[in-house]
Amino acid sequence: MTADVLICGAARTAFGRSEASGRQLAVSAVKSALRDAGIEWPRVRAAFGGSDSAGLADTLVAELGLTGVPFVNVKNGCATGGSALISGVNAIRSGMADVVLAVGFDKHPRGAFDPRPEDWGLGTEYGSDGLMVTTQFFGMKIRRYMHDHGITPHTLARVAEKAYRNGELTPEAWRRKPVSAAEILDSGMVSDPLTRYMFCSPGAGAAALVLCSPEVARTLEGPSVALRAAALRTRQFGSFEVFSPWVAGGEPTSVSRAASAAAFEEAGIGPGDIDVCQLQDTESGAEVMHMAECGLCEDGEQERLIAEGATEIGGVLPVNTDGGCIANGEPIGASGLRQVYEVVQQLRGRAGDRQVPGEPRTGFTHVYGAPGVSACTVLSR
Amino acid sequence: MTTHPRSPAAGLQGARCRGCSVAVYPADAACPRCGGPAEPALLRSAGTLWTWTVQRYAPKSPPYQPPPGGFEPFAVGYVELDEGVRVAAVLEVDDLDAIRIGMPLTVRAGDGVPRARPTTAAEESS
Repeated sequence: MTADVLICGAARTAFGRSEASGRQLAVSAVKSALRDAGIEWPRVRAAFGGSDSAGLADTLVAELGLTGVPFVNVKNGCATGGSALISGVNAIRSGMADVVLAVGFDKHPRGAFDPRPEDWGLGTEYGSDGLMVTTQFFGMKIRRYMHDHGITPHTLARVAEKAYRNGELTPEAWRRKPVSAAEILDSGMVSDPLTRYMFCSPGAGAAALVLCSPEVARTLEGPSVALRAAALRTRQFGSFEVFSPWVAGGEPTSVSRAASAAAFEEAGIGPGDIDVCQLQDTESGAEVMHMAECGLCEDGEQERLIAEGATEIGGVLPVNTDGGCIANGEPIGASGLRQVYEVVQQLRGRAGDRQVPGEPRTGFTHVYGAPGVSACTVLSR
Repeated sequence: MTTHPRSPAAGLQGARCRGCSVAVYPADAACPRCGGPAEPALLRSAGTLWTWTVQRYAPKSPPYQPPPGGFEPFAVGYVELDEGVRVAAVLEVDDLDAIRIGMPLTVRAGDGVPRARPTTAAEESS
């Protein structure tokens, strides 16, 4: 039996474009999370954090206070926040610390990410011939999935429509204006079958969590949420990933399937027990596929579930209640902890206009990113 | 490797692991599944379309080098070969609206990335 880890403080900044630096956003999120927990910075015994392209987390001590705390930098792509969280969990379980900070932040330039073929072990022709474009991968993965499992373009549009609708209810979201499914379908094809409004954009933002041992949590006044599992996996042979010059035959394997299964096993509950979840939605198709890859439904069931409103805030399986990446944008280092923040607020009953009804007790988060990495958490109150 | 992996005359010069018979393209010295040594293997260039998309806007230059006539939307996809490997290729089709999963395509290695064209009747019978 592993020791409980409790989330006693959670905070995020507004996401989107910002005059502030990524580090300034991070400091703001950390201070808010500490305030939320009712804990002073000098009480923090270990810290883990990172960004993809906005600097080193351990430099934040210059603004937070030079307490001598062990502060470990984490850089793990889209799993940066999840990896910081797992490190924090292990620090508490091992007895290294009883109060831990996890922080993720980022700030990206306008427009799509700008990968270079040589950084991916590919020949320069993949760049000069126009194949170093991430949106191609997303279009091709969902194209095959739609073919195999009967998902329609209208379902992709409904996923984005829900994201913008939930974004309107989320004060810190970037995209807060509702967009109709028809407008989404007509917004211009980017990488068929995905249109412009089905994609998230790189942006800026930060999120932070304060983790405590049960002994410390008992001394605090605020409501805590149990972090029952946090699992990280890298891809196995046979997965279909971005910038692959070839893909193995047969049914593709899924790192999200592996990471979510590990998280559910560690938590001792199954996907059917989850009341609210946040899934990686780099674009609409990703949310659809990740519902099945994380075990929340069968392949192909999404067409009916989404049509019935199952993934809406009032549905049987609310997905991306804060608007997800589509409405919040994707500051890579912050995205995973933004998801955990959202579930913590939902389980505390503090999600305001976007509160899932019926006092949800359990939540799940999932990030996925290149070159085939996924981090998942299971939470309960 | 004695043959240049992109030599047009060689067809598709990939590699296959002796241990687990995984085929890859382009050729690699090590098997991506078991890490063991992989040997050069000539892959059959005919296959069927596994998935595809269309690049609707000009990719960022550099690294992208548009053709002399300027950028035009083009299709990319994965062609599944008999050896069980799916190879990324630019699809050289006249009508982007006529692309379908499962359509027969033949992959050619050239100077750039692999390119795939609809398989002709002559190629099918050969």
